[in-house]
Amino acid sequence: MTPSIHDLPSQVRRDILRMVHAVQSGHPGGSMGCTEFFVALYFDILRHQSSPFSMDGLGEDLFFLSNGHISPVFYSVLARSGYFSIEELKTFRKINSRLQGHPTTHEGLPGVRIASGSLGQGLSVAVGAAQAKKLAGDNHLVFTLHGDGELQEGQIWEAALYAGAKKVDNLISTIDANGQQIDGSTDEVMPMGDIGSKFAAFGWDVMHIHQGNDLDAVRQGLREAIAKTGQGKPICIVMHTSMGHGVDFMAGTHTWHGIAPSDEQLTAALAQLPETLGDYPA
Amino acid sequence: MHPYSDSGSKDTRSGFGAGLLELGRTNPQVVALCADLTGSLKMDAFAAEFPERFFQTGIAEAHMIGMAAGLTIGGRIPFTGTFANFSTGRVYDQIRQSVAYSGKNVKICASHAGLTLGEDGATHQILEDIGLMKMLPGMTVISPCDYNQTKAATITIAKHDGPVYLRFGRPKVANFTPADKPYVIGQADVLTRGGDVTICANGHLVWEALEAANALESQGIHAEVINFSTIKPLDLETLLASVHKTGRVVTAEEHQRNGGLGDSIAQALAMHRPTPMEMVAVNDSFGESGTPAQLLTKYGLDAANIVAAVKRVLTR
Repeated sequence: MTPSIHDLPSQVRRDILRMVHAVQSGHPGGSMGCTEFFVALYFDILRHQSSPFSMDGLGEDLFFLSNGHISPVFYSVLARSGYFSIEELKTFRKINSRLQGHPTTHEGLPGVRIASGSLGQGLSVAVGAAQAKKLAGDNHLVFTLHGDGELQEGQIWEAALYAGAKKVDNLISTIDANGQQIDGSTDEVMPMGDIGSKFAAFGWDVMHIHQGNDLDAVRQGLREAIAKTGQGKPICIVMHTSMGHGVDFMAGTHTWHGIAPSDEQLTAALAQLPETLGDYPA
Repeated sequence: MHPYSDSGSKDTRSGFGAGLLELGRTNPQVVALCADLTGSLKMDAFAAEFPERFFQTGIAEAHMIGMAAGLTIGGRIPFTGTFANFSTGRVYDQIRQSVAYSGKNVKICASHAGLTLGEDGATHQILEDIGLMKMLPGMTVISPCDYNQTKAATITIAKHDGPVYLRFGRPKVANFTPADKPYVIGQADVLTRGGDVTICANGHLVWEALEAANALESQGIHAEVINFSTIKPLDLETLLASVHKTGRVVTAEEHQRNGGLGDSIAQALAMHRPTPMEMVAVNDSFGESGTPAQLLTKYGLDAANIVAAVKRVLTR
């Protein structure tokens, strides 16, 4: 039987947890919350070529991960969509690995076009890439992902102002609105107010994906966003997710933002996530 | 007496503007970004002739650097332009992560560097930028000495694959290098031959060093003045060949002593040929408002100070 796209989220979450557990470091919570987004993007939405990987990506849709700490979900989905071998996931955060703690181009990992980790920079890079595509007459799109906490960085709003004012309408930026950041909920740390209204005020066409952990809802939302491109405004998707989604004791809290599960916790978590497509060999 | 004559004072930033315009006409891959200082950076001619390849970002330098990294797609060669302070200190992390670490072919072009910015004062007179940039792995760092060399360097860096920091300034200064001389990254130019002392200078202080060499010559001291316009990679071969002959070194630059050209040369000499050395540079202080000439004198960077440094090093 041909694997279904619906088999992927559970397997990707297993990858995330096993990768983070193996080195007892990394960021599982945000990765699990954005699993459906990554699966939808790489297995349904993006017009892309995984191999051979082209850094320039002319003639392809591009994705820039701005909140680079959710590298586990990025790596899992890149591997499972053919950018590099699934087996390489076992090298995550280990010495001499291409799978650095935060994504980099420096080690030559296919699929990564910019280093990220220091927050707030990816939107500017994506705006530049979107402008480069227009200059080259390439009608493919540029996608980004940002954390809601990341929006506290000032550079995001420099880029948002530019993209709205200069009508960068081949750009779709998704905000992972999980309401959590490392120190606590965004409401406790720095209340974000109405994120959609903020982007709208900067000249963006704003929409919501209310069920950000429902794969089909995310696919449908991204299609709606694509339909809005080319109309003089960049597109902002406020995507409502639950950090740590998929494992009952990890969901909906900031606790698992940057904490690895213990042996017992890993066993308990994996028991909730069917091995649909086969684990990478440890 | 040195053979160089001032062919008419010009600002180095205009050399950048002229080089960028020529690049616009000769290389369709060159694009330019500016954060609301198009006139000050002399980028207006490029912007007017190539509006589709010019990106006005507004007063948003961090965004400009990130955007430049993204614009490299398809082999585009982005040149960013703003004051040196806003080109480096303000956006250090953006350059570090999105440009240098990501290996993006971005040219960071910085005007109004150093004390000779003058009346605007210390908020704008960055004296740490060369240190900041040379510490970044893979970053090439260039501080040309006059209009002609700045224009030539601007044209050359478009051919270099990798991030470059190009530093220049605001005031009109002597223009004395040949107009038709292609710029070679990493090649220091021996401007005068002399066996008593090596004077390594860059930027606006190369002319001061030549003036100092004249004064020394009249006192029977023969100085070898070398224009170290590329700070990184450093031309070790030219340095050691000269020092082998002179055994004495003075460095001169419009920068903090920490992190500047003198610091690079001291490191090279310490490793390869320990040599008595004096540094003409700003010594752990901020600048202030004043005319460029007043500031160079007050902070000990003019020709008279270079002469004094040579006298000191000759007694060691």
